[in-house]
Formats: sequence, structure tokens, C-alpha cells
Amino acid sequence: MKKSLALLTTSALSLSLVLAGCGGDATGEAKDPGTADKGVVNVYNWGVYIDESVLEDFEAETGIKVNYDTFESNESMYGVLKNDGASYDVVIPSDYMISRMIEEDMLEPLNFDNIPNFADIDPALKNPDYDPENQYSVPYMWGLLGVIYNTSMVDETPTSWDIMFDEDYAGQILMFNNSRDAIGVALKQLGYSYNTTDEAQIKEAVDLLIQQKPLVQSYVMDEIFEKMQSGSAAIGAYYYGDYLTMAEVNPDLAFCLPEEGTNLYVDAMCIPKSAENKENAEIFINYMCSTAAGLKNCEEIWYSSPLLSVREELDPEVSGDPYAYPDESILANCESFKNLPAETLALYDSEWTRLMLASN
Amino acid sequence: MKNKWLAAPYVVWMAIFVVAPLILVVVFAFTGQDGSVTLDNFSNMGTYVPAFWHSFGLAIAATLICILIGYPLAYFLSREKLMVRKVAMMLIMLPMWMNFLLRTYAWMSILDDNGLINQFLSSIGFFNVWNAIFGTNIQFFHMINTQGAIVLGMVYNFLPFMVLPIFSVIDKIDPKVIEAAQDLGASSSMVFRKVIFPLSLPGVLSGVTMVFIPSVSTFALSRLLGGGKTLLLGDLIEMQFLGNAYNPHLGSAIALVMMVIVLVMMAIMNRFGEGEEGVAVL
Amino acid sequence: MKNHRIPSRVFTILVYLFLYAPIVLLIVFSFNATKSNRVWGGFSLDWYVELFHNSRLLGALRTTIILSVLAAFIATLLGTAAAIGFYSMRRRARTICLSVNNIPLTNADIITGVSMMLLFVFAIGVFNDSFLSDLLGVRWRTGFGTLLIAHITFNAPYVILSVMPKLRQLDPNVYEAAQDLGASGLYAFRKVILPEIMPGVLNGLIIAFTMSIDDFVISYFTKGSGVTTLAVEIYTAVKKPVTPEINALSTLMFIFVFVLLLTVNIRQARQETASARRKAKLNPGQ
Repeated sequence: MKKSLALLTTSALSLSLVLAGCGGDATGEAKDPGTADKGVVNVYNWGVYIDESVLEDFEAETGIKVNYDTFESNESMYGVLKNDGASYDVVIPSDYMISRMIEEDMLEPLNFDNIPNFADIDPALKNPDYDPENQYSVPYMWGLLGVIYNTSMVDETPTSWDIMFDEDYAGQILMFNNSRDAIGVALKQLGYSYNTTDEAQIKEAVDLLIQQKPLVQSYVMDEIFEKMQSGSAAIGAYYYGDYLTMAEVNPDLAFCLPEEGTNLYVDAMCIPKSAENKENAEIFINYMCSTAAGLKNCEEIWYSSPLLSVREELDPEVSGDPYAYPDESILANCESFKNLPAETLALYDSEWTRLMLASN
Repeated sequence: MKNKWLAAPYVVWMAIFVVAPLILVVVFAFTGQDGSVTLDNFSNMGTYVPAFWHSFGLAIAATLICILIGYPLAYFLSREKLMVRKVAMMLIMLPMWMNFLLRTYAWMSILDDNGLINQFLSSIGFFNVWNAIFGTNIQFFHMINTQGAIVLGMVYNFLPFMVLPIFSVIDKIDPKVIEAAQDLGASSSMVFRKVIFPLSLPGVLSGVTMVFIPSVSTFALSRLLGGGKTLLLGDLIEMQFLGNAYNPHLGSAIALVMMVIVLVMMAIMNRFGEGEEGVAVL
Repeated sequence: MKNHRIPSRVFTILVYLFLYAPIVLLIVFSFNATKSNRVWGGFSLDWYVELFHNSRLLGALRTTIILSVLAAFIATLLGTAAAIGFYSMRRRARTICLSVNNIPLTNADIITGVSMMLLFVFAIGVFNDSFLSDLLGVRWRTGFGTLLIAHITFNAPYVILSVMPKLRQLDPNVYEAAQDLGASGLYAFRKVILPEIMPGVLNGLIIAFTMSIDDFVISYFTKGSGVTTLAVEIYTAVKKPVTPEINALSTLMFIFVFVLLLTVNIRQARQETASARRKAKLNPGQ
């Protein structure tokens, strides 16, 4: 027993020392002591939403170490930030969540002098509704929501949200695992606004989702990649950029922009009040707005870039993609999420629980 | 070596990091988001009855299956040679060294509609035979994203916690007791019923505790194997702290109710036998 | 007699198959040439190469090992001292202490996790709003520190439960005899008590280390920002497209522990068999 223990601990310790060595090399600190120890920046982003080599480039260029964590929905990110204990320097929520965080005084105004690359942002995305004076946020990526389906499993060519509720595809439908997006799908199917505060409409939408529940294979977020790529599921609602990523793996996949209208979203970089490395955070935000970083990210995740220079550099096939960079006719039929009043948010929570508790 | 003061640091540690957190859970459960004292968190508990129902139902099923598999296994192993016993027990513990989420994740690719089991069955033409016999038209068995898959995940993950305590109790039974019973003319089934089984009950009881509690409070399993369609208590609590509906007060209340129900169940169960305070030994 | 064993052997083998099927699957697919966990695309070592470039995963592994080693050692020190202390207490005080000690063991992990999270968030809030924070110029955050505290808290009870039985087996006269012969208290402890309880202490240490490595739920709730353990990292990763590097890493860890435990156990079993034989020879009556 004694010997086994000695073995176990010495090997564990030596392994950790070896790894300590590896880690140091990987971040480039060992190579260039001049740029070392510029502190850290704690970044909190969506999962599968970056080219991770951009983080290494950033570390090599600035000497700032990036601690990178991911979340899977705006709501879970909000929960984590509400806990006083966590401290992130850069977070990347979506539009409606940003306006909620502004209202609740959770965000720090940005110093745009430190973010010169902001000039490259598409003017159409500046001073948005969620941040009217553009004090708190710098757009990271944007895009459209739609239905992804597998052409080898779906015979028709869907044009509307109906397909998500079609009994022919029972057990093959993937639905959002977060309240705002899931209820949003049902609201559009019923012809209502995403931003309705009418209790009856929201309840009707959730009733529809409860009816849909037996048809749903599973409620997912980023698990959808695996399930759609492998052909485990036939239909799912997700983002256009992610559809492009999935289609690289499984060419049978196709995308439909539902005729009832869909969600146009912007995810933007913000600095929470609890940030401890505000300067590094601004350096990071500025770096993410550089053409090189923007292009790398764009070619990895295929979301629509807010950076004009990136759009020019992109393959014309991509920048000319009507769903990636939609024109007025498409945009006219899109609606963005807005922050909802507190009562409605509470209703969303309780209605979401009602759906989750409903029997299959 | 009578030095009770040696316990002082740990007693302080427990007061701060074991007792105080539980008191905080109680405080949170009886206050609202605005900090006022309220019973609101409990008055809505009726809404969550289905989550309690599912969690306790699935956990009880998993615990029973663990007994059905774990008891015979522990019994069979206890009759093996010392070397075999040692290695077998080590092999029971070993899977713990591969992260449980990862092993659960592997089950997803095994159970999936186009997963390994179904791939295998269809490659040997099993479904043709099946369809011919039963007049059905199936291409696969649907196993993933069901409550059965969640129970499988629980059994898989917590079975070692049933086997170990039962094994260590049976292993300690003095062979002389068994010999004595045999000398007195007991058949081998009688020896089992009258001697081994009663003596092994404490092991079963601690096994039940060690399987039931993690099963009833599990989170992530439902998400991975159940397709997120069955909301279990663990998921519900997680949702209130780090998930989709931030409300630690409600989360604390649900956690408190769950804890009380579990404690009552364990107390009732332990009245039927002395639960041994044993730990799994590597 | 031998034939009787066949059904039980088959049953045993089936259970072990059940336990090891997913593990074998992960190991096999860590050598897959494609990213899939379902379709075999040929043999390759790519994911092992990738693994050593995945600084994030290696970082999480490093944190996990450092955390587990530290937590296990501190918990063993704290717990062994506490076990001796408990042993010296009056019956009633000991019962109370042992029941509190049992709380983290019997409580669901998620309750331990959220309750500690509440405590940390509360304590951090109080500290950061206090003059101390301004005076020292530090703001306290959840992170490695809170993670370590949580791990020590759930490890120590295991150490105590494995040391206590060894203490009960002690002959109290031996310690007094040593003192009567002129040994100082500490010396007598080191030379007489410690060797006797050492197997329990080591066993506790190993259990603590294993528990730390394997823990996901409590770490998930107490880790805070900027630090991540392997288990939490895997939880984030299993919700994303497959990352076979994780299969590769787990395979390496698994094989490492497997070989280690196998050698130790076989050697130990051999020693025990040998000593049992020797005993049998010495006392043919038994």
C-alpha cells in the first residue's frame, strides 16, 4: 500500500510538473519574456464560437494570458454573472440580454479610445436598439435563425416553422434547450411577435410546445452539431453559421428560412461591472475587431461578421451568400429579441419549467 | 495520546464549510429575491411534483436493478480465490478513473438509433428476422432519449457503489459460521438464506444509500441520455443556480425538500437494519 | 461443484462487459482516423498528437492533478489529526462530531455543491464590500482557492472514516508503555501509534485523491471563473461536437492507473497468500 501510494503521488507530481512545462511553452511566455506577465483577461463566450488559434495569436502578440470559458445560453451566462463570485472581463451575450444587463446596471461603459478597430464595424450595426448610444457593446457576430434539415430524411422542401411540428417526423426533431429561443419558435409559428408581453399568447405558445414535446427527440444546444452531422436527427432549429459548419461534415443538410419570419440576432462583446482587467478587456475586444482575427473566426464558425474589412476579404461566394449577408427583402421579415419586462421574464421561467415538466 | 484538541482545526473547518453552508441553504429557502422572509418558495412546490416523481421513481428503479445485479455479483466474487477477488474488486473501482460524463457519453454512441448496437443488429440482419416474425417494419430499436436510458445511466454509473459494500460484508463473514451451519445439516440454499443473506444486509443497506442518493440528485444524465425531456430534481436545482432560470432561493427550497425526503427515507430504511458506516475501499 | 460455477461465471463476465463496454469504445475510438464516435475510419494516432497541442485540455489536467494532490494531502493531515482527536473525546462529543463528519458523505453532491457555492458567494460579497478589501487592495473571487476548500471538505470525511477503525484496534497500553519507557509524547506517537494507523491513513489519502479526480458536481458549482478541472471541461465538451483528444487523454490516464493498480494488487495478493500459507504452516491447528 505504501509503495503504491508513493508511486501514485510521485508520478502524479512529476506528471503535473511536466505539464506545467508544456503549458508555459504553449502560451509563448517562455519564448519571449519581454511580453510576458501583462496579466490576464477572463473571457466568457458561447460554445463553438471562435477559432481558438485566435486566442493563441492574441497571447503571442500582447503577452496577455486568456482564460477562456464558454456558456451555452444567455440565461445561463446571466445566472453565472449574477453570482458575485465569478469575475469575467469580457462577455459576449446577445442583443436582448445586453439590454437587460444595461438596465440592471451590470455592464461597464467602454472606452472607445482603446478600441480604434470599432471604426471597421458596419454602420448599420452601430447604435443598435439594445444599446442605443453604443456605450456598452461592440458587435462580435450576427446572423439568422432557421430550420436545418437532412434532405435524405426529409422528402419535402420545408418553407415554414410547420416542419418543426410535423408528426411525420416524430422522434427526429431537435428543439432549443433554452426558454427564449424555444418559446420564440412557437410564437412565430402562431404568428405572434417575439417580444409579446401578452400572457395569453405566451401560454398559447408553450401549450403548442407541450403538444410538440412527444415529437421532439431531444432538447439541445450545441449537441445539435453531433446529432445533425451524424444523421441521428432529421430536423432542428439553429443558426445559419452553424448550419454551414455542419454542412461541411454532412453535405445532405439544408437550411430553410421560415416564411413566418425569423430571428435576427447580434452577439456583442461587453465588459461586466465585476471585471478586474478592464484595460486588457478593451485590448482583447479591439483585437477581436482586427481584420486578421475577424477573418479567422469567420472562416471557422461561418457566422456573419460585423467587420466591413472582413467582408471584403472573404471569398465572394461567402460574402455573397444571401443568408449570411441578407438584403433588405429578407431583413424586413426578421425580428430581433428585445428585453422583456420583469413580469414577462418571470412568466418565461415558470412557463419553461411547465414545458420541461410536461410528460413526453 | 489523549489529545482531543487535535480535532479542533477540523471542527472549526466543519463548522464553516459544512454546517454554515447548510444553514445558508435554509436561510435562502425561506427568503425571497428581495431578501424578505417568505414561504413563497414552498407554496409553489406543487408545480414541481412531476420532477420529484420522476427523480424518485427512476432512482428507485435504478437502485433495485443495482441490487439485482450487484448482490449476485458480490456473492459470486466472494467465493473466488484471493487473487481473483483482489483483481475483480480493483476492476470494479477502475472505471471511476475514466470520467463518468465521458463514459455516459460513450453510451450515447452505443444506444443511438444509428449507434453501435443498432448498427450491429442490422449488419447481422436481425431486423429482417424481427420484422418477418412480428410483422413490424423497424430499422432500429429506439433506446436513447428515453427514461430507460436514464435508468441505464444511473445503474451503470453507480453499480460499483452497490457491489463494494455488499462484497466487503460477505467477504468478512467467518467461514466457520458457514461450516457450522453445514455441520448442523443446512443445505447450501439454507445456508444462504439463514446465514449469509441476513449477515450481508448491512452491506445492502449501505449500498442502497450509496446508489440511491446520487441517483435521485443526478444532473446532466437526463440531458445526455434522456434528451433533456425528463426534468429531474438535479436539473431543476442546477437550473436555479447556474442554468436557465436564475433563482437561488427557489433552488434552495427545492434542494431542502429533496434533502428532507431523502433523510426520512433513509431513516425509515435504517430502522430495518443497522446501516454500517462503511466506506468503499480501493 | 465446478459445473455449478458456470452460470455464475457467465453472469460475472456479462456484468464486467457492461461496465467496460463504453470504456473499450472510448479507447478504440481514440485511435479513429475521423472525428466520429460511431463510424470507424481507420487507425491513426492523430488525436494523441493533437492532445499535446491542446493547451486548454492540458491546463485542465494540470489543475486537476495539482488540486487533487493538494486536497488529498491537506485532507489527510486535517482528517488524521481530527480522527485522533475524536478518538480521545467523550462518547457524546464524538458522536456529534462523527455525525457532522458524515454530512458531506451522505448528502447529495449537488446539495454540498450549491450550499458551498452559496457560502462562497456570500462570504466573497461580504469581504469585497468590507473595508478589509479596500485596505488590502484585493478583491476575492471564486477560483482555485474555493475549489480547493470544497475538495478538502468532501475528502476529509473519507480519511476520518478510514483512520477511525485503525484507532479502535489500537491497544491503548502500548502508547503508555512507550511513555513509561521514557519516550516523549511525540516520539511515542511517531514510533508506536503512527505505524499502526498508517494503512488507514494511506487508504484515506488514496480514496481522497480518487474522489477529487472523479468529482464533477461539486467542482462545477464552486469553480468560479478562470479555472477549470478536467471533469468540468469534459462536461462542457460533451455538449459540443466530438473532441477525440478527450478520448485520447482519458485513455492515457486510464491505462496509467490500470497498470499501476494491477501491479500493486497482484503483488499484494501474492504477499497475502504467501503469508497466509506461512501462518497455516506455523499454526496447523487453525
